[in-house]
Amino acid sequence: MATTTANMDLKPLSLQRRLMDSLMTGAAALAVVLVLLPLGAIFAYLVYKGIGSLNWAFLTQTPKPVGEAGGGMANAIAGSVLILGIASLIGVPMGIGAGIYLAEYGRNRLGNLIRFTADVLNGVPSIIVGIVAYGLVVLRQGHFSALAGGAALALMMIPTITRTTEEMLLLVPLGVREAAYGLGVSRWRTTLSITLRTATSGVITGIMLAFARIAGETAPLLFTAFGNQYWNWNMNQPTAALPLQIFTYAISPFDEWHRQAWAGALILIILIVVSVSAVRLAASRGMLKGAN
Amino acid sequence: MGVGIQVEQLNAWFGKTQALKNINIKMAANHATAVIGPSGCGKSTFVRCLNRMHETIPEARAEGKVEIGDLNIYNGTPAVQVRRRIGMVFQKPNPFPTMSIYDNVAAGLKLNGFHDRKRLDEIVEKSLLAAALWDEVKDTAKKKSGASLSGGQQQRLCIARALAVEPQVLLMDEPCSALDPISTGKIEELIFQLKERFTIVIVTHNMQQASRVAEFTGFFLLGSLIEFDKTEKIFTNPSDKRTEDYITGRFG
Amino acid sequence: MAGIGTSRVADTVFQGAMLACGLSVLALVGLIIYQLITKSSLSWHAFGWKFFFASEWDPVNDQFGAWPFIYGTLVSSAVALALAVPLAIGVAVFITEMSPRWLRAPLAFTTELLAAIPSVIYGLWAIFVLVPLLRQYVEPFLGRYLGWTGFFSGTPYGIGMLAAGVILAIMVVPIISAITREVMTAVPQQQREAVLALGATRWEMIRTGVLRNARAGILGGVILGLGRALGETMAVTMVIGNRPEIAKSLFAPGYTMASVIANEFSEATGDTYLSALVEVGLALFIVTIIVNILAQVLVWSVTRGMPARSST
Repeated sequence: MATTTANMDLKPLSLQRRLMDSLMTGAAALAVVLVLLPLGAIFAYLVYKGIGSLNWAFLTQTPKPVGEAGGGMANAIAGSVLILGIASLIGVPMGIGAGIYLAEYGRNRLGNLIRFTADVLNGVPSIIVGIVAYGLVVLRQGHFSALAGGAALALMMIPTITRTTEEMLLLVPLGVREAAYGLGVSRWRTTLSITLRTATSGVITGIMLAFARIAGETAPLLFTAFGNQYWNWNMNQPTAALPLQIFTYAISPFDEWHRQAWAGALILIILIVVSVSAVRLAASRGMLKGAN
Repeated sequence: MGVGIQVEQLNAWFGKTQALKNINIKMAANHATAVIGPSGCGKSTFVRCLNRMHETIPEARAEGKVEIGDLNIYNGTPAVQVRRRIGMVFQKPNPFPTMSIYDNVAAGLKLNGFHDRKRLDEIVEKSLLAAALWDEVKDTAKKKSGASLSGGQQQRLCIARALAVEPQVLLMDEPCSALDPISTGKIEELIFQLKERFTIVIVTHNMQQASRVAEFTGFFLLGSLIEFDKTEKIFTNPSDKRTEDYITGRFG
Repeated sequence: MAGIGTSRVADTVFQGAMLACGLSVLALVGLIIYQLITKSSLSWHAFGWKFFFASEWDPVNDQFGAWPFIYGTLVSSAVALALAVPLAIGVAVFITEMSPRWLRAPLAFTTELLAAIPSVIYGLWAIFVLVPLLRQYVEPFLGRYLGWTGFFSGTPYGIGMLAAGVILAIMVVPIISAITREVMTAVPQQQREAVLALGATRWEMIRTGVLRNARAGILGGVILGLGRALGETMAVTMVIGNRPEIAKSLFAPGYTMASVIANEFSEATGDTYLSALVEVGLALFIVTIIVNILAQVLVWSVTRGMPARSST
């Protein structure tokens, strides 16, 4: 019986199609290279330009007046610590509480609304948060302050921590909660001592990621904390912050300050990378922390 | 010492769907009662009503009279207090993953405010012995995590945890269905020994297990209790045709 | 055994406290909207709708028109997306479908590392490395060969719209790439196999079996990237030139909505001035909210509700 088959498997794949396949693979690989290039360049420059200026003086001194060489960013580092501390004090408990609400009590319409709002809030530009904190704190107090800066950053932390906490709590299997209920443990106790306890490492990771994100934020501090050339531990006074200082120095016309901006940037990126990695490391071991 | 359980006109719902219809049953103290029936017949729901776990599910509720010993648990007593008198072992072993074996067993006591160190040590050892787990973990109980044990061991750990609070009744919801035959055998042996001190209600879809372990058996179908009698009678000479159809494998 | 009370009170109090925390999230949005609306009402009443179309930004004479900033925001974001979208999709395709298994995690990790770099550090690098690069090599090159289009004409300062667009592109690639990877991975394996079984090359399989199915999600990722680009402040402020001008050429300096607020807010004298800046902020807020909601909906339609994080 004569059959006319298309003989599809005997015809070689057309050159055009093979070329296209290779071309697109090459294009995708090129994209990867083009994206990794700036990443490498940024880190390389940070080290190259910053390492020379990183010395003990830099880490312990305050800025010298314009034109004089030397000085450091010690007050900016301290200021960042103060502001981030205030932000965490406000943002972390609120975020965890909201996350607990969503995971344990919020499988309803109100919960969905809160969930959606948190996701939307995560996309609000940070400069807008600065305006809000300005109206809320700076106008009331009549001056810039670390408190205002901390409030702005807390506003940014809350939606992020809420969602990551919820996610981590939902990963705890229902059986674990039921085991506690079966033993006659009350609901609030179960939520805190059992559910949250089981999800601890994940929740902490979420908090640290939120922390690392706000640690580098500059825009919300521009007109809340405002910056300061001197030491300040008073949370009701304008305070320096590392990202702010980097910005001010970078856009200035002085080479000396440019040099210090690079050093400050190097410190900032080290702090961020270290805190994220440290938590990831602790988390991977933390699961076995069982002792009560 | 175990106590008897008396259930009168128990009804339960999931939202609008009725899962249990007018259950009346008397379970004897210090005996094991098996609860059998096809999937969806309400046997798990029934047992979960005995310690008011049913109502932890959103939109679920139960009404009726359930007396554990002399306490009517649906008479206004807070659910949390009810559950302290009744132990429960679940289908899938659920030790607390962040706690050591020791802490798992002690959890019921610690979470309810009991902190006497020396007595805790005694109680944990006693419970692990009763659950036939002590020999296997006595050296590592404080170091190893509860989740690091095998499936069968985890379930025995959950039994020890339930026993540590000295309940009057022990409820078991298909405790062996996630385990291999050897672990199952060990747990069945355990139930035999525990019967002397507790009243046990065990849900099982395995009829051979029911006949091995329980003196009494209740057959549930579509939310109703069809027949309740000595296990021997249920399996050799059931009164109701539906029971007979089930045990001979005609459905379910 | 010690029996602690009924715990009903404690349970109710606890639930109430958690509810309060949850409601605070809603309160946050309310707060933002309230602040933005009340503080901008002065400007709104003074200029009305004309505010968004007028080009004159004159604090001295209390005349405020926000069009240059809107233009600058749109153009810089458009340039950023034009550069970022092909790159991000290329990276996502490579990581998900082409990369050898051992390379996958390191590549994914490094692209996410890009998202962790703070904006001010991008800006710092952009001022001292990117801008000279543009000024000395890229812009003269573009000017010579593509100057006739009008987009690459004028003196190549380095600082300007093109620099802003490029640094923005680098900053939004991680987001678009992460979402694209997420939606591509969500496409079931059967789809890929169906196309391969018809005798397609790998690229053809990716094009018809994966990208096509993930279209909506990828679009969502792009829009999410747009949302990020619209609101990006520091890096843009440092390289865009900060002049409220409207020019066709990308070599010219410009100004964005976020930048004008960043630069002028703390020095704004006069209530109208401040109010005008807040009004710019309100407009930025509304636009980014709409864009982000649109993006969330699109991404959700493909991944079915898995949390879409708008910033990594």
